Amino acid sequence: MNTFRKVYEFYRDGFRNMEVGKTLWIIILIKLAIMFLILRVFFFRPELSRYDTDAEKAEHVRENLTKQP
Amino acid sequence: MLLSSLVDASRLQFALTAMYHWLFVPLTLGLGILIAIFETKYYRTNDESWKKLTQFWSRIFAINFACGVATGIILEFEFGTNWSNYSWFVGDIFGAPLAIEGIFAFFLESTFFAVMYFGWNKVSKGFHLLSTWLTAIGANISAYWILTANGWMQNPVGVAFNPATARNEMVDFWGIVFSSTTITKFSHSVLSGFLVASIVVIAISCWYLKKQRNHEFSMRSIKYATVFGLFSIFMLMVTGHSSAVTVAKTQPMKLAAMEGLYRGENGTPLVGIGILNPKKEYDNDEKPYLFHISFPKGLSFLANMDFDSFVPGINDIIEGGYKYVDKNGEEKTAISFQEKVERGNMARRALELYGQHKDNPDTNIRNQVLAQAQQYLDDNFEYFGYGFLKDPKESIPNIPMTFYSFRIMVTLGGYFIVFLLVCFWLWKKKVIEKKKWFIFLAIVSVPLVYICAEAGWIVAEVGRQPWTIQDLLPVQASVSGVSSGNVWTTFIIFAVLFTTLLIAELKIAFNQIKKGPEGIKWN
Repeated sequence: MNTFRKVYEFYRDGFRNMEVGKTLWIIILIKLAIMFLILRVFFFRPELSRYDTDAEKAEHVRENLTKQP
Repeated sequence: MLLSSLVDASRLQFALTAMYHWLFVPLTLGLGILIAIFETKYYRTNDESWKKLTQFWSRIFAINFACGVATGIILEFEFGTNWSNYSWFVGDIFGAPLAIEGIFAFFLESTFFAVMYFGWNKVSKGFHLLSTWLTAIGANISAYWILTANGWMQNPVGVAFNPATARNEMVDFWGIVFSSTTITKFSHSVLSGFLVASIVVIAISCWYLKKQRNHEFSMRSIKYATVFGLFSIFMLMVTGHSSAVTVAKTQPMKLAAMEGLYRGENGTPLVGIGILNPKKEYDNDEKPYLFHISFPKGLSFLANMDFDSFVPGINDIIEGGYKYVDKNGEEKTAISFQEKVERGNMARRALELYGQHKDNPDTNIRNQVLAQAQQYLDDNFEYFGYGFLKDPKESIPNIPMTFYSFRIMVTLGGYFIVFLLVCFWLWKKKVIEKKKWFIFLAIVSVPLVYICAEAGWIVAEVGRQPWTIQDLLPVQASVSGVSSGNVWTTFIIFAVLFTTLLIAELKIAFNQIKKGPEGIKWN
């Protein structure tokens, strides 16, 4: 328990005392928000995720690989 | 036309993301090692000025790391959305190295990165030094796994295609991990990162000398960065040669494109300086160059370590009929483009038959057809991708982009050898700060070293077109059925997002550089 507390305090003090780090964390959080809340949700839906099983995914890709002229 | 537009949009978007990614990554790879060397010096001497020096460069490292971390994740998004056929087709060959990379990145970089930044005066000096080394090594090991995946795309070894799942399955993990392409690609890419870091450290230090401040800090930084840079550039020459040997064996069309070579010969010359003839096509009689200066027999030596060996040109590869030694060391006669297309079509037809009959209720017919289809696939799968091509022109990459990018990379590489030797000499004479011209050159060298690193990747990636996976899958068969409008929209979002990130990084980095090592306060 003591170890966990030390690790927690280590990170807490580290984040509290950051100078440039605060700006960098803001940049990182904005990036992650844009990527996972906007891009991933609205633009980057993996095409094969609409299929439930691997067999259906395989069938879809096999069709694409054999039907394309 | 629609498909072409989607393929072009998807390729452009991937190229944009990858090129931005490679603006951030090389500095992380090289600067991490340099910082670990600086901190080792502090650990050994207990000299506080080494600690200050380590902390300053660590801050530049952190800024670059924080701004760059997202670009790699977006590349992985693009695989699933824009390149779904490809992502499925490669199966666990791509997934396994990326998963290992994720674990390494998480445990090594993330854990020890925190100790590196929050741990000054809180953990022992020895443990802090260990954390710095593990962060630097972790970043480079991560790069190895990413380049394993990329190397496999350029030289697909160690797999078997399973028509039941329409996926490639790994049969030789170590063959993939230690393929000649992976090793040369990793060493060449990582060393280019080391060179980038050296030049950035020298340039910032020279700027301090110009401003007549932080003299001792700058001279120490220049000394170590120069030696590190010289080591990197000489090793880059060695690995560059190894890359050429590997490319000659596994991607002869890429080598021909790098040289603008249409007709090979025994003792093929290497073009040193040249201007391509824009009217030249593989099927006309125009001369390939408007102007060129070549090293006699140079390409034969570069490719095969034999001055009199034959190096095939674009026309030779399309027509076939020449003797070559394949990647397994066996002597073979090259088959023509047309034969490759026929064998690719046989493989595609076999896969189609497999799909049609895999659920056939008649067991006898099913077993017979599936066995026959499997046999056809086994015999012809190495040319599977050619089944999507119609015209020999489709098998030729963009020659001017590959040719000129290669020359930009090599010319700048030559410049950096001279630059670093001069830097070392001026440092030894302790006269760098008096040489205004050199300080100017050092600062100008920063954009040049990034251009050099990007040009190398353009050669590697444009030169392998039309393949996403060499000979197995061309770009047009790799894309998803998404709308090209959607891809263009995300392309614009990325262009804005990445440019903003780059401007933010530069602004924060310039502020820190202006503050200098004395402006750093660590808890």
